[in-house]
Formats: sequence, structure tokens, C-alpha cells
Amino acid sequence: MNRRISLKFLFYFILIALALVYLLPVYLLVLTGLKPLNQVDLQTMWALPISGLHIDNFIAGYKQLAPNINNSLMMVIPEALLSALLGSFNGYLLSKWKFRGSNLIFTLILFGMFIPYQSILIPLVKFMQYIKLYGDLPGLVLVHIIYGIPITTLIFRNYYAGIGTEIIEAGRIDGANLMSVYRYIMLPLSAPSFAVVIIWQFTQAWNEFLFAVILTNQSHWPVTVALNNLAGSQLVQWNVLMAATLLAALPTLLVYIFLGRYFLRGLMAGALKG
Amino acid sequence: MVRKFEIDLRQIILAVALMVAGLASIYTLKVTELIIFGKNFTSIGLLICGLVFYSGVLVIVAMFKDETYLSIALLLPSIIAVAIFVYGFIGWSVRVSLSQWKGLLPDYTWAGLSQYTYLFHDARFLIDVRNTAVFTVGFIAGCLILGLGIAILLDQKLKGESIFRSIFLFPMSISFIASGVVWGWLMNPATGSRITGINLIFKSLGLDFLISLWHSTPMPWGMAFTVIPAVWQLSGFTMALYLGGIRSVSEDIREAARVDGATEFQIYRYVILPMLRPVTLSAVIILGHMSLKIFDLIVALGHKDIRLDVPGIYMWTTTFDGTNYAQGAAIGILMLVSVAVLVVPYLVQNMRAETEL
Repeated sequence: MNRRISLKFLFYFILIALALVYLLPVYLLVLTGLKPLNQVDLQTMWALPISGLHIDNFIAGYKQLAPNINNSLMMVIPEALLSALLGSFNGYLLSKWKFRGSNLIFTLILFGMFIPYQSILIPLVKFMQYIKLYGDLPGLVLVHIIYGIPITTLIFRNYYAGIGTEIIEAGRIDGANLMSVYRYIMLPLSAPSFAVVIIWQFTQAWNEFLFAVILTNQSHWPVTVALNNLAGSQLVQWNVLMAATLLAALPTLLVYIFLGRYFLRGLMAGALKG
Repeated sequence: MVRKFEIDLRQIILAVALMVAGLASIYTLKVTELIIFGKNFTSIGLLICGLVFYSGVLVIVAMFKDETYLSIALLLPSIIAVAIFVYGFIGWSVRVSLSQWKGLLPDYTWAGLSQYTYLFHDARFLIDVRNTAVFTVGFIAGCLILGLGIAILLDQKLKGESIFRSIFLFPMSISFIASGVVWGWLMNPATGSRITGINLIFKSLGLDFLISLWHSTPMPWGMAFTVIPAVWQLSGFTMALYLGGIRSVSEDIREAARVDGATEFQIYRYVILPMLRPVTLSAVIILGHMSLKIFDLIVALGHKDIRLDVPGIYMWTTTFDGTNYAQGAAIGILMLVSVAVLVVPYLVQNMRAETEL
């Protein structure tokens, strides 16, 4: 019995040590952000702020990133909502109205989730220039929706596959057709998977870098591109950079903290049958 | 006899109205432009008008008794979008990679496989391949070992399990760019009086032998350190996958093993681990395809440092800084091939399993 207790103690020790390591980057971001501007020597990086808490760094960081945070929001919100709607439709049709070859079509759609986007980047840029959506946010929204079709379809298809066919057959006997089964039976049951998909697409689009850096020009840069640019410039002090990084990561962190349950389900769906 | 097609006058009027409205607005947008809030929405407008026209077609398709037609017709816009943006563009990229296109103006003069043979002898591309290999092996091994280890620890019915789980998972919600920026400072290679970051912690703890140059270590091992932020971000995800797998092993099976005299260690080794093989396969596919196309993290960490170069960055600089489109396309296609080799067998197997059901 004693051995069992000391083993438990060891487990706690390992877990707490690991947790501290995992939290180290966030600790650094918060700590640096709260120091006054004259107290940010690299040699005292880990020292606590001695002369009270300050938010000057966050204000300076926000000044740097405000337009880009705004760009990201304007891009991400319509993207997440439209993606979810489209995915819900596709998932419903591919799980409940299977036809010959529908599994093949689903697999072909799913492949789009794995491709490295470098392999379609040149045609994409030329195409977006041709349809005059290059450089601005509406184009980026469209691209995120289209390349989001695979994952959103997958999440909804897995979710709808778990809803029994009995309820649909009952609806069919009552005279419901394809559209009214969706409208009156499936849609009211879909709230959890809508939450998963909206949160997932929000996080993905907020964090995405490649499309953002290639398809937008400087005045429409989302926050990831601006942050990377800030990190590469010599003009910004590192303490302001740390505060800016925290601000850029904050929306997805908050989503994770408050809606982590749905976030986790999105992750699991990403692991196919996980 | 069952009627295959049911004509409803009101539906036909609705369909014709939608189609006319769609066509008329397409015609209008062809002549003029749509500007909202100073942004050019003409193409988006055309897309929406096209969809209005298409909804008219759908109303007619809905009159078929066999609703399979409607199902296919409703899926068609997504299928076409994926067909163009995934498969069409891949084909187009392949064509560019077989051309001589160098410079801003497209040049589709046939060049055969010369871009590919060049890349296979190109010193920079070979560095990229080696870097990707180092990164992939380190990243997958790190995530699997840490993920499985933490999952087993969390399976011990300890207090505060959900708090620990959240702590290990939260880095997944942060972008690779933000993570690269922070870890760039944590893994600062400066020495002597300018020492900082994690090295500073090591020094003040008296662990001087751990002080490292991190990702500035000479090639090829500098690349191995870029794995640290990546593992920080995705080991929690791997942990969640494994924990789900462990929890799905029923308590009855464990109890049976205990009755047979197995120790807790033996239960994990001989009962649970073999049952986790499908989870490991999923994890390797997901993590593997991420690491083969790793890009943003390395951009944020290495700022295009050639020692930390990967194909994704090479493609970017060649195409958009060097305007060598043919070569950029060839790099993109080689990246695609590496991912396809990993993913396609898995997708095909999944599809077969499902078709049999």
C-alpha cells in the first residue's frame, strides 16, 4: 500500500513539472506584458515586476496590431458561419442520402483537407487575380470557405451518421421530403456540431498564415501576418512584441478556455474516426 | 405505375422566376460593377446570382419522385468547388511545373521534367528534404511518447485530471506564428553576459551543461530543436487521442487481466497498448501530414534562415520573391506527393471499410 502512495506522489510530481513547462511560454508573455517599459532587460527576463503592474506594453502592442485584429475579425466571422452552413448541408446529404459513388465523392473531398497548399498556390493566385478578389478580405473568406469544405463536411457527416435512421423514416412516413427532413428533424438536432464547426473554423482561419500572407496586401493583413512582420522588424522592442503576441493569441485562447469542450470535439473529428 | 415526375404549376413559376432573376442580375453585373463599402464585390455578387439561378434548377429537380437527383444536385456546388480548387489547381500546378515559366508573365513552353531533375541535384532542396526528415521523425516521436506517457499518467484516477488535461491541450489553440515568436525568445542562443530565455533559467539553476544554442546549432541538428515548439503544441492533442483510446478499453477486460494475476504495468504493456494501435495510426497520419508541410512555425522561428529551410519556405521564396514559377510549382507538387504517399492508402482503406458496412 505504501508503494502505491509513493507511486501516486511520483505521478503528481511528473505531471506538475510537465504542466509548469507547458505554461512557461504563457507565463513569459503575461509577465513581460505587465512590466513597465524601463524594466525589460533581457537579463532580468524571468524577474517579477518590482515597481507595480503596468499595461503600457499591452497598449503599445494593441496600437501595433489593432487594424489587423479588426481585419481578422471581419474575415473570420462570415467565414465560420458560412462554412458551417455549407458543411451541415454536405454532411446531411452524404450521410443520409447516399447514392452510388457517394463514398468515393466523400473520400475525394476529404483528400482536400490534407494537401499542402503550396501545391495549388500558383493557380490560386492567378485565379484570384483573374476574378479580381486578390489582395482583399472577401477573397480570403471565399478561399477559407472552399478549403474548409472537407473538414466541415467530415464533422457534420460523422455527427449525422450517429443519428438513427428510424427518426428519418418516421418523418418520411409522415410525408416529409429531403428538404423538410433536414429543416424539421436534422437542423434542430445539429446545435452541438454547429458549435464544433464554427469554433474549429474560427480557430483555423484566425491562426492561418500561408493564404493570408499570399492573398492579401498590407492594408488587409490579418493578425498572423502582421505579428510575423512585427517579430522580424528591428523597430519594435521585444516586450511590446510579447504583449502583441499575447493579444494576437487571445481570441483563440479565450475560445479554448470557455468553449474547450466543443474545441476538443473538433480536434477529435479531425482525427477521422478517432 | 409510379409517376417519376410530378408537375406543380406554382413550383414551375417559382423556378422560372428564380432563374430569370439570376440571369438578369448576372447580366447587370456583367455590365456594371458592384461596390460595397469601397470593396469590389463583383465576383462575389456573380457567385450569389449564379446560386440564385441554380436554386431555380433545384426547384425543378425537386419535382422528381426519386430524391437522389435532388441530393446530387444539392451537393454539386461543393463538388464543383472542390473539383476546381483542389483537383483542377493541382493539375494546373503540374502543368506549370513542366513549363519554363520564369518571370511575371506566364510561359507554358514545355520543359519536361527538367525542374524536377534540377531539384534532385539542388543543394538547397536536399537540405530541405533532410530538414523535413529530421523534423518529421522528431515531431512524431516526441508527440507519441509524451502524448502516450501523459495519457497513461492521467488514466491513474488522479485529482485535478481535467485541469491537467486543459493545461496540456491549450497550446493547440495558438497559431504556429505566435508560438514561433515566443519560443524564438525562449530558445535564445545568446551566451555570456547577454544570456537569456531558457538558458538563463539553466544557468541560475546551476545546470550549465544544459545551456544550448537551440535552433542555431550547426546543421543538421539545429532543425531538431524546432521540434520543441511543435511538440509543445501538439503533444496535448496526441494525449487526448490516446486517453480516448485507453478509456474505451472496458473495465471488464482490465479486471479479467487482474484476476489472472497481471500487474498494472503488465496490463498496459500487454492488454492496452496493443489495443491502441489504430489510435497510433491515426495520430501518425495527422501529425505526419502536418510535419511534411510545416511552414508557418519555421517562418516565425527562423526568419527564412537557410539552415532551417523547408520545402514550404523554398516554394514561397522561389515563386514570389524569385518569380521562378515553374520551379515553385515543382516544389509544391513534390510536397503533395510526399503527403499523398502517407494519406491516400489510409483514405482508401477507410472508404473500403465503410462501403462494406
